[in-house]
Amino acid sequence: MPDILDARRTASRGLMLIAAGLAGLAGVYVLALRFTSVERFQGLPQKIFYVHVPAAWCALLAFSLVGIASALYLWLRDPRLDLFAESAASTGLVFSIVMLTTGPLWGKPVWGTWWTWDARLTFTLILFFLFLGYRALRSALADPLERARFSAVVGILGLVLVPFVHLTVYFFRTLHPQPIVLKPSAPSLPWEMLRTLLVSVGVFTVLLIGFVMTRYGVGRMGAGDWGAEEGGTDGS
Amino acid sequence: MAEFFRVALAVLAKDLRVEHRSRTAMVSALSFAVLTLVIFNFARDAAALSREAMAPSVLWITFAFSGVVALNRSFALERENAALDGLLMAPVSRGALFLGKYLANLAFVFAVEAVALPLFIVFFGVDIGGVVGGVILVTVLATAGFVAVGTVFAAMTVRTRLAELMLPLLLLPFLLPPVTWAVQATARLLSGRPASEIAGWVRLLGLYDLVFLTACLLVFPSLMDE
Amino acid sequence: MTGAHSPATSPLLQATSLERRFGATRVLRDISLAVHPGECHLVVGPNGAGKSTLLRLLAGLARPSAGTVTIGGASPGREAGVRRSIGLLSHQSHLYDDLSAAENLTFAARLYGLPDPAGMARGTLAAFGLGERSDEPVRRLSRGLLQRVAIARALIHGPALLLLDEPFTGLDSLATAQVIALLGLELGRGRALVLVSHEVREVWPLATHAHVLIRGGWTITGPVGGTAEEFLARYREGIRG
Repeated sequence: MPDILDARRTASRGLMLIAAGLAGLAGVYVLALRFTSVERFQGLPQKIFYVHVPAAWCALLAFSLVGIASALYLWLRDPRLDLFAESAASTGLVFSIVMLTTGPLWGKPVWGTWWTWDARLTFTLILFFLFLGYRALRSALADPLERARFSAVVGILGLVLVPFVHLTVYFFRTLHPQPIVLKPSAPSLPWEMLRTLLVSVGVFTVLLIGFVMTRYGVGRMGAGDWGAEEGGTDGS
Repeated sequence: MAEFFRVALAVLAKDLRVEHRSRTAMVSALSFAVLTLVIFNFARDAAALSREAMAPSVLWITFAFSGVVALNRSFALERENAALDGLLMAPVSRGALFLGKYLANLAFVFAVEAVALPLFIVFFGVDIGGVVGGVILVTVLATAGFVAVGTVFAAMTVRTRLAELMLPLLLLPFLLPPVTWAVQATARLLSGRPASEIAGWVRLLGLYDLVFLTACLLVFPSLMDE
Repeated sequence: MTGAHSPATSPLLQATSLERRFGATRVLRDISLAVHPGECHLVVGPNGAGKSTLLRLLAGLARPSAGTVTIGGASPGREAGVRRSIGLLSHQSHLYDDLSAAENLTFAARLYGLPDPAGMARGTLAAFGLGERSDEPVRRLSRGLLQRVAIARALIHGPALLLLDEPFTGLDSLATAQVIALLGLELGRGRALVLVSHEVREVWPLATHAHVLIRGGWTITGPVGGTAEEFLARYREGIRG
């Protein structure tokens, strides 16, 4: 019985974090729009920066969690690690979808184009495909042991890939002239902007943790790990 | 150690022999390559886009996707009659089995590329003259990288429904770095840039190969271990 | 659990408290088994009981969630060399349809590092009466012949232990009897067998030990005593209960 209480507690803590995060998100909007000065060269469109950078960061963080949990799973073969990896992957998928859809939605009216091969967007797009592939593979495998093992391999190889994607995406920014002026975070940001950015990153991270915890908790509740349930579902 | 390579070579030889009999992978991959090249030729608006501008991308799209078609067969043949269990029961490390499969896949993909490249030169009127060596080097390096990951993924996707769809989907992100670098390097080779400019990409490709071949060798045994 | 045997002989295969689970679902629980040379352990059970899983654990193809499997003291899953002592035969042939029996066995001989692989392949095929059709693609062979080639492949490296998972699937009664005779010969040569099969009556003369696996656990286990009918009666009782 203790396991289900534990799982429920994890899920409810996760929900509290999500609530806090959403409140924080509202705060970030206010902060970015009212209390942060407008960037001189780019103007208002630059403000998307405060949402896009943290979102990209969280997608990457989520994927790192997937990779680490995957590696640990292959070593320890604890099904909870598989559940954790899946939770992080689902959350990361959602974050990357949000990021990829808000980008064009903002971009079209402001810059006149749906898509820009901006480094962050492109990087997140590739992460999106990694999350999607991970998810698709899981749905295509029925046996839970096989599903855990195979998706762990994708998670690990995906994490190994990330630095190479970074090299590819950021490398090309120096080759192609950028018609759109969404610059990556310059090393010298005015304090005001840096503050807003950091707050935003913090809020997004809280949201990320909240979602992962909730999904993990709910997953554990459904896993039925309490009581000795005998009998095979497969085998023979 | 000798055992390791001996078994890998035995697996390679067996794969080559089976393919020689059934010709499943080569026919489909080659048809795909030819089809792709032909379509690109007709799809181009000659006024808008020069052959030279398109050429490297076309070449690599052809290589990458016909490569994936060839990779599909890799573990499909082990699935029939549960032949894979026969392999796994052998008193050798899983790494040796991976190496054998990897080398076989490399052989098939190289074979497809060896046919596609001359066709490409003919269709696109590309002057490959003094840079043949460079183009081959870049091709070999990029291919070695994505075939390693492709071999691991082929082992997994063969167990899924829609395996032929799942493999390209999973492999896509892993194709991006080597293929984009290869395109960049090939473009510069074809426009006659000095070797020093190409060296950076060659190094990156080599790094990718090294990292992923190692990662795949390490991960494959866990994959096979139920 | 496995009854009287001279304590001086250490078992060829020792499985101790094997468990296989994922989360809460347990496919196998507390399975122990000791197999000595010359013994034939029959494993029987309804579908879904975990028999194939058990065999895969014994072969080292799957790793147990708990417990150990050792062959000659080492784990077949972790130590590759130990698998040399095992021959696997299932209802699948593990053969490549496009290659001939000779090519298939030569490949197997290479995998096992045997000297003169081609020669060994031919010799083994001849010993199993398969000399004539050994150069045709295996897809052309009848099920009965195919299974014989599969047996030849399983035995080519002279394993001390044979693991068999429903080897009679798809065979007619004549072919089944032939395979049983072959297995009897191998037992006589001192090999050990773990045989999963529902052909209890046909296999009974070979069996030295019989085990019943129901929903992942042993309900009957031990040396054979009595007739096949008596055993089947106890088996059916075990399922009902």
